[in-house]
Amino acid sequence: MFFLDQAWLVPLIPALSFVVILLFGKRMPRHGSEVGVVSVGASFVLACGAVVRWIMRVQDAKGGSALGALGRSIGRLGADNAEAPVLPVLHHVTWFQNGGVRLTAGIQIDGLAVMMMFVVTLISLLVHVYSLEYMHGDSRFTHFYAFLSLFTASMLLLVVADNTLELLVGWELVGMCSFVLIGHWWEEKPNSDAALKAFLTTRTGDIGLLTGVIMTFFIVQRATGVGSFNIVALNSAVTNPNAKVGHTLILWCAAALMLAIVGKSGQFPLHTWLPDAMAGPTPVSALIHAATMVVAGVYLGARVYPVFYKGFSIAAGGINPMVAIGGVTVIIGALLAFVQDDIKKVLAYSTISQLGYMVMALGVGAWTAAVFHLFTHAFFKADLFLGAGSVSHSGSHHSFDMKTDMGGLKKYMPQTYKTFVIGTLALAGIFPLAGFWSKDEILVNAGHNDYKLFLVVGLVGAFMTAAYMTRCVYLTFHGEYRGAHAPHAVPHVDEAEHDPIDTTVSVEHDAEVHSPHESNRLITGPLWVLSFFAVFAGFLNFPHFDKFEKWFQPRFPAGFAEILHPVAFNPILATISVLVAGSGIGIAWAYYQGRLPQRLSERNAVALAGKRFLVNKYYLDVLYERVIVGGIKGPIAAGVYWFNQNVIDNVLNYTGRGAQALGRVTYDYVDQKGVDGLVNGLATLTGDSGGEVRKIQTGRLQFYALVLVVAVVVFAGVLWIST
Amino acid sequence: MIAENVAFGIIAAAMALGAIGVVRTKNVVHAALYLVVVLAGGAAQFILLGQEFVAWVQVLVYIGAVIVLFLFGIMLTRAPMHPKDSLDNDLRWPAAVTSVFLVGILVGLLVHTFHADKVEVQAPIRTGQITNSIFTTYIIPFEVVGVLLLGALIGAVVLARKD
Amino acid sequence: MLLNEFLILAAFLFCTGVYGVLARKHAVLVLMSIELMLAGVNLNLVAFGAFHNNPIGQVFALFVLTIAAAEVGIGLAIVLLIYRNLHSADLDDVDTLKG
Repeated sequence: MFFLDQAWLVPLIPALSFVVILLFGKRMPRHGSEVGVVSVGASFVLACGAVVRWIMRVQDAKGGSALGALGRSIGRLGADNAEAPVLPVLHHVTWFQNGGVRLTAGIQIDGLAVMMMFVVTLISLLVHVYSLEYMHGDSRFTHFYAFLSLFTASMLLLVVADNTLELLVGWELVGMCSFVLIGHWWEEKPNSDAALKAFLTTRTGDIGLLTGVIMTFFIVQRATGVGSFNIVALNSAVTNPNAKVGHTLILWCAAALMLAIVGKSGQFPLHTWLPDAMAGPTPVSALIHAATMVVAGVYLGARVYPVFYKGFSIAAGGINPMVAIGGVTVIIGALLAFVQDDIKKVLAYSTISQLGYMVMALGVGAWTAAVFHLFTHAFFKADLFLGAGSVSHSGSHHSFDMKTDMGGLKKYMPQTYKTFVIGTLALAGIFPLAGFWSKDEILVNAGHNDYKLFLVVGLVGAFMTAAYMTRCVYLTFHGEYRGAHAPHAVPHVDEAEHDPIDTTVSVEHDAEVHSPHESNRLITGPLWVLSFFAVFAGFLNFPHFDKFEKWFQPRFPAGFAEILHPVAFNPILATISVLVAGSGIGIAWAYYQGRLPQRLSERNAVALAGKRFLVNKYYLDVLYERVIVGGIKGPIAAGVYWFNQNVIDNVLNYTGRGAQALGRVTYDYVDQKGVDGLVNGLATLTGDSGGEVRKIQTGRLQFYALVLVVAVVVFAGVLWIST
Repeated sequence: MIAENVAFGIIAAAMALGAIGVVRTKNVVHAALYLVVVLAGGAAQFILLGQEFVAWVQVLVYIGAVIVLFLFGIMLTRAPMHPKDSLDNDLRWPAAVTSVFLVGILVGLLVHTFHADKVEVQAPIRTGQITNSIFTTYIIPFEVVGVLLLGALIGAVVLARKD
Repeated sequence: MLLNEFLILAAFLFCTGVYGVLARKHAVLVLMSIELMLAGVNLNLVAFGAFHNNPIGQVFALFVLTIAAAEVGIGLAIVLLIYRNLHSADLDDVDTLKG
């Protein structure tokens, strides 16, 4: 149980390696990469151990008869013994406590978590090894490895999180690492722009994540009386029929989290950052933008799936926001892949499209299919990306432009070619490679669960996937080599002299003619490993074998397990999908062989308009940058500024002036005239009365005598009268 | 008895006129002379009352010394010898009113108190009786008056010195 | 002879003297008016002395006389001083105590 209980080591080791590389990397003989490779390797070993341990746990749980009564049949051909619930391994520490609220940090290790740990550490390890050659001589080599480690640690943190708050932390950290790594060569403005675009677009989605996470707290509070971010509690609360959680709250929570998925996993309409993110180094693209970070959204969807299932009423069929967005993404990503000349951009749009598949699968209720596709996609997409990197590294003078610098590389780079083709076939979904099994499972679930429209969408997407990937392969590896003296399209380095900051030596490089050659073993090694998985990973969910399902499907809480109804393998549909994919390959191949009408867009105005629409990425970037951002920057900001200066400031100014006037009035009237008048009046009164009284003091003797006599007379009179 | 009354009446009238003359005349010297009339009349009244000693003393001292003193004072203060506009100040009327009131009160009081008491003059009082009284019963006031006179003498000399 | 005759006469003299004291400008005339008052007082005293057939009336009148004489002496000395300082015996000019 060590591997499961101590699974918190898996994110911790790369995090420590990040600190070590950052502090000491420059002094090390291999500039910190050794620390990175070793630490990720250690994490990989721990992850493998965790996988094995988990599988054993699942196998053990099946036997228990006491628990068997709690199990549920999953309704498939050849009903097996009831699946018993398997508790995930939960450990946590409380880091904040106030009132009844306890905030914890902990791990939740179940099938999904161990699978993700395996994928993340494996691909991270392969990328680390790959980068030893690919990033060799880069001026920021150490920094690169430090952030690769940090990224790995953050992704693993996200994966093992047992509460949505911790997941949020991991999510934000991977976003930050993505920003740092995309902008690795930030001296070129397009690169830093791309990094910012990626960060800000995913940030838009993170608004949804934050509100969604807060709502999960309250969902748990409604159900149990005590609020919590805990994921198990959340899933129980949502699926418990007795809980008093209102449907509206769950719907809003699902909508908010959907926004987060749209942002992070490149769904329409926030997909625009992914192609631009290709400005980063290819290993980064492979690790982050193909295999691991972008699937964080899908992972979130899988983790708290009951929220979406209940919130969007996925069981009801028809249409819901998740499947709609996923479906649209599938199509638009595929369409855009057709008009790209940059090989990485083709792969980026392909990633968008495949992510659309995963989200669509979640939207039709096919949890296992989505997660399985995530699993297989990681391998073949990383394979494709690293293959593209290999091509540019050794075949096209660091250029990624297929049309101008590639072509006919098949004979120069056989290993890269073979692995790339394997990846392509897997992606296209050709039997018996991995993509076939996972994509087919999505399609069969869509058809079965009353989402027939999206079954069609999936098939169309499959066709297009096969076609554009064939185009890509053809342009890159077949035909004649076009790139003998091609200039540097993307300025980066593979030797120490080619520092992007120092531009003087690039001329020398051009002077040497590097003919295309196969890449180093450090590059081709990972390619073969990934190809291996691309071929064989699919068999994990072979019908009736269904190990992926058995091992990794969530079995706890019971409510969660209940809503998962994977549909059995349908051979007819499988055949149809293979044929569709095959036809896609065939048609594309025929086109490039010249047997189909060429250059349609030059002859047909409609076709030209369509192509321009695609090339401009549906004018979405225009919409976002010029209309939305520009509109806010320009008129709205000006308007707000006007409001601030004239209204708010005026309120303040007039208040100030009013107070000033009041003060002046008070001074003039109340103080000067009133109070001073009173005081002065008193003084004047005193003075005047004194002046009047003073007249008695005439100084004349006879006057005083008169007064005396008068007084005497008066007294005498009074006395006389009174007697 | 009637002769006394007549005598009294004549002398009283003279005195009254003299008094009014003192206070109303425009000539200072005439005022002094009117005062002589009043004082002389007073002496006559004393004799009527049988108080001869004080009558002659009054003539001697008052008229003889005091009036002369007044005339000296008039001379030394360059009082206007000839009639002038008015020797009254602006308190005339209040003073007049007050005096009238005063006399009214006094007269009323007197009439009220003494009704018709008569003065019976049997025999004039002899000088011997007065001196006996002075030098036995009233010896101390006598001495005091003597000291007072001394003081007044010295005082007058001191005050009027020219230096 | 009625007592009242003398007393009324004396009262008349006294009040005339009062008027004179208050109304006359010249200092010497004021002193004269005071003499008038004293004359009236003397008459009063003597009349009462005669009424009671007692020499005390005369004795007092004697004293009054004496004191009047002293007083006139001093009074005139003061008037002389006033005249020397102010060059006028007008009592209205003696107003340094005027407030």
